[in-house]
Amino acid sequence: MLKIDNLHASVEDKSILRGINLEVKAGEVHAIMGPNGSGKSTLASVISGKEEYEVTKGNISFNGENIDELAAEERAHKGVFLSFQYPVEIPGVSVTNFIKTAINETRKAKGLEDMPAKDMLKLIRDKADLLEIDRKFLSRSLNEGFSGGEKKRNEIFQMAMLDPKLAILDETDSGLDIDALRIVANGVNKLKNEDNAVVVITHYQRLLDYIVPDFVHVLYNGRIVKSGGKELAHELEEKGYDWIKEEVDA
Amino acid sequence: MDLKEKLLSSFLVFEDKSDADNYLHEVRNDAIKTFEEKGFPTKKEEAWKYTSLNKVLKEDYSVFPKQENALDYSDIKKYFIHDIDTYKIVFIDGKYSSHLSQTTHEGIDVCLMSSALTKPKYRLIIENYFNKAATKDSLPSLNTAFSNEGAYIHIPKNKVVEKPIQIIHFSTGNESAILLQPRNLIVVEENSHVQIIERHQSLTDNPVLTNSVTEIFTKKRAIVDYYKVQNDNLNASLVDNTFIKQKQESIASVHTFTFGGKLTRNNLNFYQEGERIDSILKGVTIIGNKQHVDHNTLVHHIEPNCESHQDYKGIFGENATGVFNGKIIVEKEAQKTNAFQANNNILISDKATINTKPQLEIFADDVKCSHGCTIGQLDESAMFYMRSRGIPEKEAKALLMYAFSNNVLSSVKIPEIKQRITKIIANKLGVNIGFDL
Repeated sequence: MLKIDNLHASVEDKSILRGINLEVKAGEVHAIMGPNGSGKSTLASVISGKEEYEVTKGNISFNGENIDELAAEERAHKGVFLSFQYPVEIPGVSVTNFIKTAINETRKAKGLEDMPAKDMLKLIRDKADLLEIDRKFLSRSLNEGFSGGEKKRNEIFQMAMLDPKLAILDETDSGLDIDALRIVANGVNKLKNEDNAVVVITHYQRLLDYIVPDFVHVLYNGRIVKSGGKELAHELEEKGYDWIKEEVDA
Repeated sequence: MDLKEKLLSSFLVFEDKSDADNYLHEVRNDAIKTFEEKGFPTKKEEAWKYTSLNKVLKEDYSVFPKQENALDYSDIKKYFIHDIDTYKIVFIDGKYSSHLSQTTHEGIDVCLMSSALTKPKYRLIIENYFNKAATKDSLPSLNTAFSNEGAYIHIPKNKVVEKPIQIIHFSTGNESAILLQPRNLIVVEENSHVQIIERHQSLTDNPVLTNSVTEIFTKKRAIVDYYKVQNDNLNASLVDNTFIKQKQESIASVHTFTFGGKLTRNNLNFYQEGERIDSILKGVTIIGNKQHVDHNTLVHHIEPNCESHQDYKGIFGENATGVFNGKIIVEKEAQKTNAFQANNNILISDKATINTKPQLEIFADDVKCSHGCTIGQLDESAMFYMRSRGIPEKEAKALLMYAFSNNVLSSVKIPEIKQRITKIIANKLGVNIGFDL
């Protein structure tokens, strides 16, 4: 589904990704771990099409199509979803209206009519229930004054609504207490199926107890320096990242 | 002959033909003298520092339209709020159109300034209120000198006027350029409530200059909600002079929505002549092209325990220029005043300009006054967030701009006006999304 080949990317002439190779197939869950500043969030942003990042070498293909040159919204229309580490507050736009607009714009891009209001309402209700989201919450301004847990839950709610093929969860566990973590992970697991894929970006192993990865990759200095199964995450939890750094820097 | 000379000589003709009584005759003559002395305002005056009328005054305006024009309702329906029942006072090229209007004298007066100025039964009201709120500045004086037609609204005590009143001025373009000077007088007596919508609409690209004066008097506990929809075409300019005198416990709100027009200057003045008064001034301005919009507000706190709330949002694109000059005066006697002022702006082009200037003159020592102005750009991180969810760039921008102005819109009490403004904003931003936020 996602194939990243020798990807180099920089922001303001500062090189951050230095040759990433990664293949994610439908039905798989990948975890990308690594110390702070290793390029994890940059990778997520580059896949989603953030314009500040420039791809200087290599390419990203999604379902066989090169997507490097596509705008963020075009990638979203093809089924790429990024759950933000820091969801942006947008005062004046309600959660409901935002997601309605996102869904209908995506449908428009596919040549479909707007979703009938009744269907939209039902979908919103179902997905809000899945994430244990209070109805009142849906009429609040997007992310404005939300707690850390509410923001992340809202991200996964939007993921549930948009039903992406590839979901990239960037530090979704940060700022979550254990109950919120369980609800969020549970939501992701329920949305997971044979046709979609999840990339979990995290610093800690904690989330991976709930969203169990098929593969774990360690990112360091803009490269994937180690890959393995879920046991690699446990090893990192025990030993920290220093041994990896030493191995690579040696 | 320049416009000033033309106006001075036209005045002689105008007064000659007029059947005004001595009182009105005197007021007009004083006013023309004031205009003659002061002339049109120039950038040398502090209040006009950022707005030049030079270009607008170069046109050869006709001062008295030669013929009466008729319009088909079906052609201009879209300029009305038509999905609810309203009173309508409609003018075409400055002349009253009975055909398009719906006025009343039943319990309330929703009718014409020309009647009020000439019929004996209104004489007392005219002597008590006419030209009693307007300042002696040059443009209001010019309007006073030629005052003749406009809306006259008088709501007696204890009346809640259920239907909003629409005042609409059309210009047909039958004259190659036209100067319009509507004059409105609105008196709302104790405990009464009225909602008014005002719009100026030019139907062709021929230049129009409107120099309008509206005087509003709100008595004890009266409520007035006034909505100005300024979405005229790019050859139409407007100087709106609105003066509101409030008595105790009255609430007056003016919402100004400015999207169109070549040059728009809003002089909006509130005078609080009683205790526990609330004055509300709100505005959304979204302009581009070479448009120029200048909001010049004054809130004069004269008595204790009053409030004022100002909130103006502006979005400026292309080569547009904006001005916000908000003056608050708190007199020594006006203790416990709460005066708030906010002016937030977004520049979406490198060539757009905004000049914003709060001006607070506070002579009382126990008051709460705050003011804040911001100038920024569209939030890039919000843009990426929205686009990553599938909302295209243009729509994402539109949604952000709409959200930016939403807290002004949310205080609009007539849903049909809110819908209309929302639609105008969507058109203006070139998107087809319904913002029912």
